[in-house]
Amino acid sequence: MPHPDTAPQDTAPQDVPPLVRMRDIRKSFGAHTVLDGVDLDIGTGEVVVLIGASGAGKSTLLRCVNGLERIDSGEIVIDGRELRYDEKSLNLMRRRVGMVFQHFNLWPHKSVLDNVTTAPVKVAGRDPRQVRDVALELLDQVGLKRFADRYPMSLSGGQQQRVAIARALAMRPKVMLFDEPTSALDPELVGEVLAVMRDLADSGMTMVAVTHEMRFARSVADRVVLMADGKIAEQGPPTAVLDNPRSERGRAFLRQVESV
Amino acid sequence: MSVLDGISRSLPLMLEGLKITLSLAALAVVFALAVGLVVAWMRMSRFAALRWLAQGYLALIRGTPLVAQLFVIYYGLVTVVDISSFWSAVIGLTVHTGAYMAEIFRSGVQSVPKGQTESARSVGMSRTQALRIVVAPQAFRSILPSLGNQFIIAVKDTAVASFITVPDLFMQAQKLAAATYEPLTYYLISAVYYLAVVMLLTALLRRLERRHTRYAI
Ligand SMILES: Nc1ncnc2c1ncn2[C@@H]1O[C@H](COP(=O)(O)OP(=O)(O)OP(=O)(O)O)[C@@H](O)[C@H]1O
Ligand SMILES: [Mg+2]
Repeated sequence: MPHPDTAPQDTAPQDVPPLVRMRDIRKSFGAHTVLDGVDLDIGTGEVVVLIGASGAGKSTLLRCVNGLERIDSGEIVIDGRELRYDEKSLNLMRRRVGMVFQHFNLWPHKSVLDNVTTAPVKVAGRDPRQVRDVALELLDQVGLKRFADRYPMSLSGGQQQRVAIARALAMRPKVMLFDEPTSALDPELVGEVLAVMRDLADSGMTMVAVTHEMRFARSVADRVVLMADGKIAEQGPPTAVLDNPRSERGRAFLRQVESV
Repeated sequence: MSVLDGISRSLPLMLEGLKITLSLAALAVVFALAVGLVVAWMRMSRFAALRWLAQGYLALIRGTPLVAQLFVIYYGLVTVVDISSFWSAVIGLTVHTGAYMAEIFRSGVQSVPKGQTESARSVGMSRTQALRIVVAPQAFRSILPSLGNQFIIAVKDTAVASFITVPDLFMQAQKLAAATYEPLTYYLISAVYYLAVVMLLTALLRRLERRHTRYAI
């Protein structure tokens, strides 16, 4: 039985294996330990919001899940397959893990449509015409179909982030990772991106999101995970973690969040 | 004798020299682009041995005068193979310009934010695909001005070929100067030819840049 503070609650039934399984993840940059033994399971269809102070290791944890950072020790299993670091396994794994970045990272030399279609065609080798149809449908879902022929630089930040979500979805990932997807946006553009994420959650997508949007966490997350100093300090249903944090770390973090 | 007279009288010889100058420049630039790509790739390689090799080459080329490099290649090569002074000059200019191209390519790749590679890798692209599909096109746009600048330098650098007896534009000017005892006239005339070529090239490059550097909106 795990420590009571970190026992998963409100997750998928015990007999269904988690979609993402992390065990004792450790990661240092030089002498600086950033992940200090993280255990975390993400159930299929589950929406997990990761919170924690700056430097807690939230981004690093997400980046470890899709292999942008390499763990020093521990185990990551995604959809039944253990994460390995040879080129081939990495590239195959990444097709099943979508990632949305704080700064969108769209490709400025490609049109909105090409941003969405490039990977399915060039990486997954799918039929270009079919991919195009799917991409237009995805752009429609994020409300940007009429911008298909525009270039990213001509869009607002909120629109760019929605394209980035469509780009990740075009690979038909099993799980979507979001690293502060609204932190780089002007306040009035945050809502449109959160709305797309909410739709995605409602459609049953498995999601792990780092965000400071507490309203989103409350209304969309199945589980909130609070990280501190490279460890999971506390986790549980949003109301439990956000209203009645049991750990000192949790209380300190929430005081800080509420004061801004 | 007036300069105008000099221009018309020297025209046939100068045009012949110009042809050789332009061939030298064109060949050297094309080969140097290839050398530059390979060396830039080595310079950024994961393998230390390749990086060191590339760094050694860059240090050597950037730390010694072009004319010295050309002499070493010319006198070095003729002892082992039967090679014309023209091709020695092409090789020398290629080796020289290639080093600068390599640094331009490297700066281009490094000018593309890391997030671009990360988003490319995150959708499953291999290292090579990320480079080819996402990084290289953006790098190309950002280096066009410096690349053009290097082309122009390469054109002017061909003048050193005259030191190893290649009958280029500058060699023709030297010959005419010696024959007529009017060095100033003929060196000035040759300068006009170089200037014309460079101005033409600048205009062409500017058009190319305008077509490529800006992201369509
Ligand atoms: N590539 C890297 N090299 C060295 N140190 C790094 C690197 N990436 C992250 N770190 C360090 O690891 C620690 C955790 O970083 P991380 O980005 O995971 O935190 P975070 O919880 O996402 O914080 P934030 O809320 O500021 O985004 C920080 O101290 C950071 O400086
Ligand atoms: Mg972060």
